[in-house]
Amino acid sequence: MFKKNDPNLRVILATDCGSTTTKAILIEKIGDEYRQTYRGEAPTTVEAPFEDVTKGVLNSISEIEDLSGRKFLEGEQIIHPANGDTGCDIYISTSSAGGGLQMMVAGVVKQMTAESAERAALGAGAIVMDVLAINDKRLPHERIERIRQLRPDMILLAGGTDGGDMIKVVDMGDQIVAADPRPRLGISYQLPIIFAGNKEARPIIQKNLGEKFALTMTSNIRPTLEEENPWEARQKIQDLFEEHVMAQAPGYNKLIEWTSAPIMPTPAAVGLIIRTIAEKEGINVIGVDIGGATTDVFSYFRVENEGIFNRSVSANLGMSYSVSNVMAEAGLENVMRWASFDIEEEDIRNRIKNKMIRPTTIPQLLDELIIEQGLAREALRLAFEQHKSLAVGLKGIQQQRDIGDAFEQDDSGTTLIKMMELDLLVGSGGVMSHAPRRSQSMMMLIDAFQPEGTTRLAVDSIFMMPHLGVLTTVHDKAATEVFNKDCIIYLGTCFAPKGEMRFGDRAFTYKLEMETGEVHEGEMKFGEIKLIPYGFNDKGLPLRGTGTINPSRNLDMGSGKGRAVKGEIFGGVVGIALDARGRPLKFQKDRQERVKQLDNWCSAFDAYPARKGGK
Amino acid sequence: MAHAYTPGLRVTRQAAIEKERILPLKGNVEVKVGDKVKADTIVAKTELPGDVTIVNVMGLLGIEANEVAEYMIKKPGEKIVKDEILAEAKPLLPFLKFMSGKVKSPIDGTVEKVNDITGQVYLREPPQPVIVRAYIEGVVTEVIPLEGVKVKTNATFIQGIFGVGGETNGIITMAVVSPSIELKPEFIKPEHKGKILVGGSYVGIGAIRKAIELGVVGIISAGMSDHDLKELLGYDLGVAITGHEDLGLAIIITEGFGRIDMANRTFNLLKEREGFRASISGATQIRAGVIRPEIIIPLSKEELAGENEAKVDAKDGVKGGDPVRIIREPNFGKLGKVKGLIPDLMVMESETKVRVMEVTLADGTDFIVPRANVEIIED
Repeated sequence: MFKKNDPNLRVILATDCGSTTTKAILIEKIGDEYRQTYRGEAPTTVEAPFEDVTKGVLNSISEIEDLSGRKFLEGEQIIHPANGDTGCDIYISTSSAGGGLQMMVAGVVKQMTAESAERAALGAGAIVMDVLAINDKRLPHERIERIRQLRPDMILLAGGTDGGDMIKVVDMGDQIVAADPRPRLGISYQLPIIFAGNKEARPIIQKNLGEKFALTMTSNIRPTLEEENPWEARQKIQDLFEEHVMAQAPGYNKLIEWTSAPIMPTPAAVGLIIRTIAEKEGINVIGVDIGGATTDVFSYFRVENEGIFNRSVSANLGMSYSVSNVMAEAGLENVMRWASFDIEEEDIRNRIKNKMIRPTTIPQLLDELIIEQGLAREALRLAFEQHKSLAVGLKGIQQQRDIGDAFEQDDSGTTLIKMMELDLLVGSGGVMSHAPRRSQSMMMLIDAFQPEGTTRLAVDSIFMMPHLGVLTTVHDKAATEVFNKDCIIYLGTCFAPKGEMRFGDRAFTYKLEMETGEVHEGEMKFGEIKLIPYGFNDKGLPLRGTGTINPSRNLDMGSGKGRAVKGEIFGGVVGIALDARGRPLKFQKDRQERVKQLDNWCSAFDAYPARKGGK
Repeated sequence: MAHAYTPGLRVTRQAAIEKERILPLKGNVEVKVGDKVKADTIVAKTELPGDVTIVNVMGLLGIEANEVAEYMIKKPGEKIVKDEILAEAKPLLPFLKFMSGKVKSPIDGTVEKVNDITGQVYLREPPQPVIVRAYIEGVVTEVIPLEGVKVKTNATFIQGIFGVGGETNGIITMAVVSPSIELKPEFIKPEHKGKILVGGSYVGIGAIRKAIELGVVGIISAGMSDHDLKELLGYDLGVAITGHEDLGLAIIITEGFGRIDMANRTFNLLKEREGFRASISGATQIRAGVIRPEIIIPLSKEELAGENEAKVDAKDGVKGGDPVRIIREPNFGKLGKVKGLIPDLMVMESETKVRVMEVTLADGTDFIVPRANVEIIED
């Protein structure tokens, strides 16, 4: 048996059971450091005809066996601990198969306890199906009808400060009882409900809900108006996810027995690794994972020396199953603004729907790739907008905000996400990790998130952040080393002032002093973007340097309009982007001009060289 | 290497089909193992608890929450009809008449609960019956106590790629003579009422509207346009989870969005089964637990040919000579035969590096295509 952070741990096997694919990675201690060495994947087997998640797990591991020559399986068992050339020391897993964790949350006041409950559920890796509150503008019977329609895996009920009003949270509890919701999986097991509201209401909640549901109590998520405490509820959600929800899914009982640490919901694991890295490096980070069905956005920002972590999930924004919804939500015009060619509306609509009904196909033609990357930009943009509207105030127990701030949430909205203070933007998911050119990934990230000031960009090399997230709970050093050496691929640094001016006017002058001794100096006109290749040193570490940006009086690099700013340069596989396109990004109104503009942008990044925009 | 082929949709003349017919919550099973059932036979019944109406008795009578119970005329568990007195406040002395008050029930139902914390009273409307029908003609093979049954039949079974509208049944009727012909409005006649019409390459909104107007219960077509789907539904379908639309008919497309010839095998099979009753469902769910729309045409004893269902096992992958369909541009919808699998990764025009195969299209030209962009067709 291995202890947490055991230095004798040498061979780690990790899987992520996704909704379509199960991905396995092997991590080995080579010399004194941990490295990811092999990777295998196989279709997930939660659904018929297999209905046993472990089949896909075994298939993905057997692929690693083939590639590595190391034996991991004895029949249908994983060999552990490792012995010579066989087996692994630990096996860990995350899961989002079978739709992941689907929750409903309820609170009393929408902007207060209900919002806190929503953040707690999202932070635990759930998809939030609906947020109910006494002031959600629905009549009680409408709310009951809605609860009845949904078949959540779990409900989180919050409401009332400790010692405060009990009536409304009891009323909400009664509405849940009246609706008698059925769990999504399993017709005869009791639906888990977590009560994280006014502690004085616990006996009544127990009396009213205890018989019908698998009721659990945790400390109040909002013990006072000024304080938010999501941690215990969040932990309880993850415990119940494994005990109740996973146990209902086919094959998971076996999987739970195999793993050396609790199975985590995939988004919770990704959130954990992003948070760990942000805390270790002392930086502000935004991470995004764009999948086939959903897009998750994670952020960690330091406010008044306190780190605030937020996660949002856009359940219907994704690149295959949900691709049609991206078009429906963004609008065709917004999708096509990223393409410098014409296509009939009917044709594009049919193509997107065909991708939706046959989600595993890949773009063979360049135009199809360009459309797909345009859709990705829009999915990311919309998911980020949703994130900004939610990331308005999650704070740990240690940090409190006063009542005035709490009421400000509605109006301030985006206060926590300050793009000018963002240090690192990380992209993950197929469209990011598998883009034919890394410069395409960098452009997608810049176009969708529009970072301001000086920002470093990176992508997850082969989608292993979930595996590393769950690994942090077992072996911090291994997770950090693999994250830095094998997982994250630094793309480079983006310099982008905020503001708007006339196309063609001088936007800023720049001076880049590189570690290599080179100096790049020049001027950028508004509307332009330029790329300066700048990679890695002999040790494989990103080259460093200093960039001085002197913006014109209409633009701001972080120190105020017209004020020069010095920023740190980090090289990467793409290089340094000098982005003078304005924030928000400004498009030409005239179609011909816009096409020329797009061609210039793509040409600067050598993104689609086979098209006119290529070099 | 993981298997990336999209397994083909099932198109088979004869298959053993078993359907689970389960209630949304526990109830009574109305049939027993061995019973022969028609598509419309009710196999299980239950009652869904009625809607809840909340009455603020505390507020209406101007009393404290913990006093509500003693003012209730109707106690929890008792039935009540609309406008009947639910609670009443009577003053102790007659001259305090202004303190009296009555609360009437807004619904027919039962008093479910009096909450002495909130002062609210929960009334529940009578339960709503829920029935589950057999959906397919066949034999009951298993009873799942209190939940439902399994019904089995031997049938021609065809899966579509996408559909809208729920379960229905009707007689299969060919509306076109070739798989490349569009199902036009003028082909739809009053005598098609209650029928399932089979079209060819395409069906437009005009034909769909006319079919609804004339009482056609289902349309099977190779393709349709997303634009028409939006017009029909009244919204832009974002996520492919369908089956609950109340359109008056079910639509099943067999190949995809756009104008595409229906696969000959599908068209010929439907033509062969013309005049027989089919059970169809447009329900589609392209997410975890994939559900594709389906056409089930039960075979009589005489029609059972002893032919086994052709099996395509995705685990075996494809091999030279297998018939396939291209499912992404370029050549979307075209049929061909696998000429060979190329083992090395190849770079496509999009610069995507993928595993590919060579396909000989119906016109004789050879074409390199990513393996993920073909679908195996059952032969």
